[in-house]
Formats: sequence, structure tokens, C-alpha cells
Amino acid sequence: MSTEEKKPLEKVCLICAKGSLEDVYASLVMANGAVMEGIETNVFFTFFGLDAITKKTMNNLHTATTGNPAMRMPGGLPFPTMLGGLPGVESAVSSMMRKQMGDLDMPPVDEFLEMITAGGGKIYACKLAIDMFKLKKEDLSDEISDIITIGEFYEMCDGDRTQIIFT
Amino acid sequence: MSVKTIAEVEVNVSEEGYLEDMSQWNEEIAKEIAKEINIELTDKHFEVINYLRKKTEAKETLTIRQVGKSGIVDIKGLYKLFPKGPLKFSSKIAGIPKPTSCI
Repeated sequence: MSTEEKKPLEKVCLICAKGSLEDVYASLVMANGAVMEGIETNVFFTFFGLDAITKKTMNNLHTATTGNPAMRMPGGLPFPTMLGGLPGVESAVSSMMRKQMGDLDMPPVDEFLEMITAGGGKIYACKLAIDMFKLKKEDLSDEISDIITIGEFYEMCDGDRTQIIFT
Repeated sequence: MSVKTIAEVEVNVSEEGYLEDMSQWNEEIAKEIAKEINIELTDKHFEVINYLRKKTEAKETLTIRQVGKSGIVDIKGLYKLFPKGPLKFSSKIAGIPKPTSCI
């Protein structure tokens, strides 16, 4: 008989430092999934990840069509790097990708953030990156709880059943 | 799979306590399962539950986003009705399989 005690996760802290479509959605899906499981959830957006919580850019995120070896044409053929560099291609591919995600009932970024906070998840912006990109609180989504330092974020990551995930 | 008696009815349940056959479900079973999760069911709960059952019968994948757009309750309200398990607990009480969606 197994006597091993189960120790379910109690808190998940995610750090999103990249602004490409796939990196942001990875963070959002993991954050929303944690909230839905009843796990306390904090998400910290920093550097290019700030694009995901900046009103102007959040619903128009791109995926890289150059320097992305996993990029394929519809049908599965390799996607030529030269083609990915042509003007408008990245934009078109990204919008196609967002459409496909929408078909799977994946919400746009602004709505996804609302879903996370509706369940009690908290979303934070990194102070250093905000200063660096010269953003203001008004530029950010209303779902942001606060602009904080990484030290303050770590303080929220206490507890022995807490995991920090970096994407 | 195992057999469990809930509200005086013998039902087949999964390891995690989800009903295996949604036709074995009735409102008394729902109340009994809800009690185990410390939820007292109101009419609003049943509206959500019946919506989930209907969608499951139509073989649609369930997401909290859909429930939020159903006009019954918004997502915030759904979390209030089923704290810490808006889709998991509601599905369990509705007598439908464990949700397979990440949203």
C-alpha cells in the first residue's frame, strides 16, 4: 500500500517576459488553468511580455515567421525563411493563427485576462520594464492589479507548495 | 469504474467521482454531490447544470468561456457559484464526465 501523501499545488506564479503570440498564450493558458483548478495564481509581465497587457498591442500579438524552425506552411511543408521576411507575411500568418485559436474558443488576450481576474487570479506589471518602455498605468489593461518590482513579486511567491514558472 | 450509492440510487462513477452515465443523474444526486463539495444548490446552479448537460448531450466541448456567454451567468458569477472549480465542480454535480478543456 502506498503511504505517500499527496501534496497538491497551492500557488502558481508565472513570469511572462516575451511578447510573441505563443509565449503570451502559454502564460495565459497556464494561468487560467491554475485559476480554474482553484490554485492561487499570480502573473508577472515584464520586458516584451508587457505587450500582452498594453491596450494598444495586446490583441495584435505576432508570431515570428523568421528564426522559427517550427513554422510550417498550411499542409505541413517547411516555411521558407526568405518568405517569412517579406513585408506583411508575419502579420498575415499571425492573424491566421489568431483566427485558428479563436475557432478553438481561445479568447483574445484582453478577454483572457478578464477570465483570469474573474476567478481571482492577479496580474502584475514589472516596474523596471514599464520605466524602460516609458509606459504609464493608463496604457495598461484595467485588469492589472499593480506595477511592482521583482522583489515584491517574490514576496508573493511564498509557501512550500508554490511553483514559479517562467515563459 | 466503481458503483456508488448516491441519494439512494446506485450509479457508476469514475475514480474521481464523476458519473459515468449521465442518464443515471437526477436532482437529488446533484444535491448530494454538491454537499460533498460544500456547495448548496440554488436555482441559478441548476440553470448552469442544465446548460452543461444540454451541451454535453450535443457533444460540444465545454469551456467556462461558453458558460460566460450563455446569458445565464458571467464568468465571475460562475466562480461564485462553484468556487475553485467553475467547470470541474459544476460538471461533477451535473453528472457529466470530467471536462477535457483547458479553457
